[in-house]
Amino acid sequence: MMEKIRMNTGQSIVVISGKGGTGKTTITASLAQLMSNDVIKADCDVDASNLGIILNGVVESKKDYYGAKVARINGIKCLNCGQCKEVCRYNAIQFKDDKYQVKPLKCEGCNACVVKCPNNAIQLVEVKTGEIQVKETGSGKLVTSVMIPGAEGSGKLVTEVRKTGKIYGNDVLIDGSPGVGCAVMASVTGTNHAIIVTEPTQSAYEDLVRVHEIVKHFNSKALVIINKYDINKEMTMKIEKTAKALGIELLGRIPFDPVVNQAVNELKPIVDYRESKASNALVNIYQKLKEEIL
Amino acid sequence: MNIVFLSGKGGTGKTTVSTNIAYLNGFNYIDCDVEEPNGHIFLKPQYNKIIQSGILNPVIDEDKCTLCNACVENCQFGVLANTGKKLLVFNELCHGCGTCSISCKFDAIKEEKRIVGKIEVGKYKKGNFMRGVLNLKEPLAVPLIKDVKDLIDPEEMNVIDAPPGSSCTVVETLEDCDYAVLVTEPSAFGLSDLKQVVTVVKQMEIPFGVIINRGDKSNAIITDFIENEGIDLIGVIPYSMKAAKLYSTGELLITNDEFNQSFEVLSKELMRRVVNDGKN
Repeated sequence: MMEKIRMNTGQSIVVISGKGGTGKTTITASLAQLMSNDVIKADCDVDASNLGIILNGVVESKKDYYGAKVARINGIKCLNCGQCKEVCRYNAIQFKDDKYQVKPLKCEGCNACVVKCPNNAIQLVEVKTGEIQVKETGSGKLVTSVMIPGAEGSGKLVTEVRKTGKIYGNDVLIDGSPGVGCAVMASVTGTNHAIIVTEPTQSAYEDLVRVHEIVKHFNSKALVIINKYDINKEMTMKIEKTAKALGIELLGRIPFDPVVNQAVNELKPIVDYRESKASNALVNIYQKLKEEIL
Repeated sequence: MNIVFLSGKGGTGKTTVSTNIAYLNGFNYIDCDVEEPNGHIFLKPQYNKIIQSGILNPVIDEDKCTLCNACVENCQFGVLANTGKKLLVFNELCHGCGTCSISCKFDAIKEEKRIVGKIEVGKYKKGNFMRGVLNLKEPLAVPLIKDVKDLIDPEEMNVIDAPPGSSCTVVETLEDCDYAVLVTEPSAFGLSDLKQVVTVVKQMEIPFGVIINRGDKSNAIITDFIENEGIDLIGVIPYSMKAAKLYSTGELLITNDEFNQSFEVLSKELMRRVVNDGKN
């Protein structure tokens, strides 16, 4: 096994992609494996938290997270005046079975109906949006979450995962989410480095350019990994050219390698398949990352 | 009639399947993956209209404001702060709910629309095309998705491309849909994320079926689960390097004869279910 290098410098690195499915999590799992165990691993792709599937580990502690509120109508106090329905901009209140009811999935917990109700018949109640879990894995501590499907405020859950990680250490490796919205912004803010995992497809290319704007906005240093680069070498060249123009440093390329699928299905990091093409590329990427951050 | 394509996990082929199905049937295509919309790459539309989409944000009339603090206390998103001399407004946190203006007894708050994204409307070769594009650095995608959805004519046949994940953006996209297609891939990741979206569509009582993309010898990971749950398997798209290459250049798979035939079959299987099980 290669020597694990400590960071211990208050570093936070986030791995994002813009487009989903470019290999963010499989790459993060390998970097996690190569890094020192005292680097905290945080799965901030709360909508689809998969890092724990590869890093596995034992749940050490868990707690419920109440990250949203929903309105609740007290049927006894309700005068059936309907002002709540009128004022709600999310169509979250319906008149059904002769009474006004809140549709929890639609409710933003904004308080408008509560303020409007002439008889104080509505109140906001906190709802559980997920569970934060701390796991002890072969690669150190992993903070992850189980989001309630359909929940509001995944960005807040991301922030809670990161906050929990801080209890255990200063250095953190974050698996981010696809997109450019609230969950991504909550993952990127305050990081030193953002590794953008892309692939040589027109879709991933356009998404890379968009997500880079977010990285820039938060003053994180952008780095790029081109996964499956040999699927379309022309597109890889186009990405590299654009990355250079945007000031995004190329961390490395990973060739298409069937071992990646095998690794995911055997629930192991790619670097466990030593001397495979993908593993060799990842080790090189890790060396380059180390030079970058130390 | 609205057929929505979603996946939980990103990159399973939601856009690939939805654009090819839309083209093959001449259906309208609506991209609700507003953070990273990619359908245009494959359908190559011509736009003829751009609509700005926004959120209503509070604007304080300082002459009328008494600094009573009612709006500050009632706002759930921390948009307003009272410095003791004036109110500060943090627009990017605002959900546009109007609670502040309802709270104000002095008529000191009016609301003005702040642009957070745009909706591009046009046509592609076989039907209407529409997509939402969230402005960069804007965190909230839900209001834009809602605006896009409001422009859909439910009397027509519409293919809706949903965002990845299983949170509020997906819920908004699923609203008023008649049938949902869950596109997944045969991996432990695909399964884990599929389970999340299955919970959402069930909760919303939308009829649905599953398409396995990049199928291979690991298909059982998914098929075991869906058989156990009594979930309908619409079809399997086998793994193909040729398909990956076509996708990478931004071409529809049905431009290739072999894929065209398999998509014809898949499309028939899907439409049979949409007609039999769909809400309308």
